[in-house]
Amino acid sequence: MRKTFADLHLRLNVKDHAKALQVITKAAALGYRLIAVPFPPETRRDEIAKLRAVCSEAKIDFASRIDLRPRTQNELIQQLRWLRRKFEVICVNCENKQVARQAAKDHRVDLLNFPSLYFRKRFFDRAEAGLASSSLAALEIDVKPLLVLEGPARIRFLSSLRREAAIAKEFHVPIVVSSGISEAKLLRSPREMAALTFLFGLDEASALKAVLQEPVAIVKRNREKLSAKFVAPGIRVIKEGKDC
Amino acid sequence: MKRVKRRYLALQVDSDGLPSQKDFMDAVWSAVAKLYGEYGASLTNLALIDYDVEKKTAVIRTSLATVDLVRTSLASITSVADREAAVHILAVSGTIKALRKKARL
Repeated sequence: MRKTFADLHLRLNVKDHAKALQVITKAAALGYRLIAVPFPPETRRDEIAKLRAVCSEAKIDFASRIDLRPRTQNELIQQLRWLRRKFEVICVNCENKQVARQAAKDHRVDLLNFPSLYFRKRFFDRAEAGLASSSLAALEIDVKPLLVLEGPARIRFLSSLRREAAIAKEFHVPIVVSSGISEAKLLRSPREMAALTFLFGLDEASALKAVLQEPVAIVKRNREKLSAKFVAPGIRVIKEGKDC
Repeated sequence: MKRVKRRYLALQVDSDGLPSQKDFMDAVWSAVAKLYGEYGASLTNLALIDYDVEKKTAVIRTSLATVDLVRTSLASITSVADREAAVHILAVSGTIKALRKKARL
């Protein structure tokens, strides 16, 4: 059976159809079977359906994603209430500590992402990990900065990632490794992504889990929740009609 | 003396131009040295076995102990001869014969 490798963060410009198709085809050729593309909140369903069709042509599964950048806790809660049922993956870009803490404890958040260049704004500490471990949020690590940064910036970024990966492991917070790229040339195969995670201390098993099991589990869980047959966690409609 | 075990890696260079053998190896050495320093690079015992300019494929050799280090370095290559590029690993094997079979080179 073929493994379902996933990249939950492909930054595609949906309006540039040719470039989007190029990146999707490349992802399929490199062995990905599932990709997620972030959309703006006001995206219409037909635009998402269009990209889904392009992906199905390339024989790759597609999940819709939204990246939230709230400034306050209340703004985050409002956005989650409005958008949770519209997208399959929800990622929160935590730009201040209050938002980071709220995102970590909210069950509707799938991924926690932190700014890669502002090291003081990487709030994934032990308190954050403690909250995330009791909810469903995973720590998302984009590999793009590892490829584009050089010198002291990359050294500091790696140092932050190593600390965060160790904390995540200690608190059993899932790690999801994504590309975060928009150009085909920066796309790496799943095994190459796993190799890059060695730089911040993940072993081979954890690295493969971060590109294989964890992202697929997130999408599967959310698809089940978004399906019409879902009632509550563990409860779903099996049969409907008069003969029940 | 204990025999040093080696691994052979078949690579595909993904770039717009046709980089020469020297450009390719410069990019590989530079990536290893950038990530692991000159000491780390010296442990890899990297050697180019074969390079096909037309097909943009290469076979390199490294010691078994540093395969992961070389894999990581190859994944971090973003340019070859000042042109945007990526180096993808097609196959890894203990003998050149098995490698060619695996990678269909």
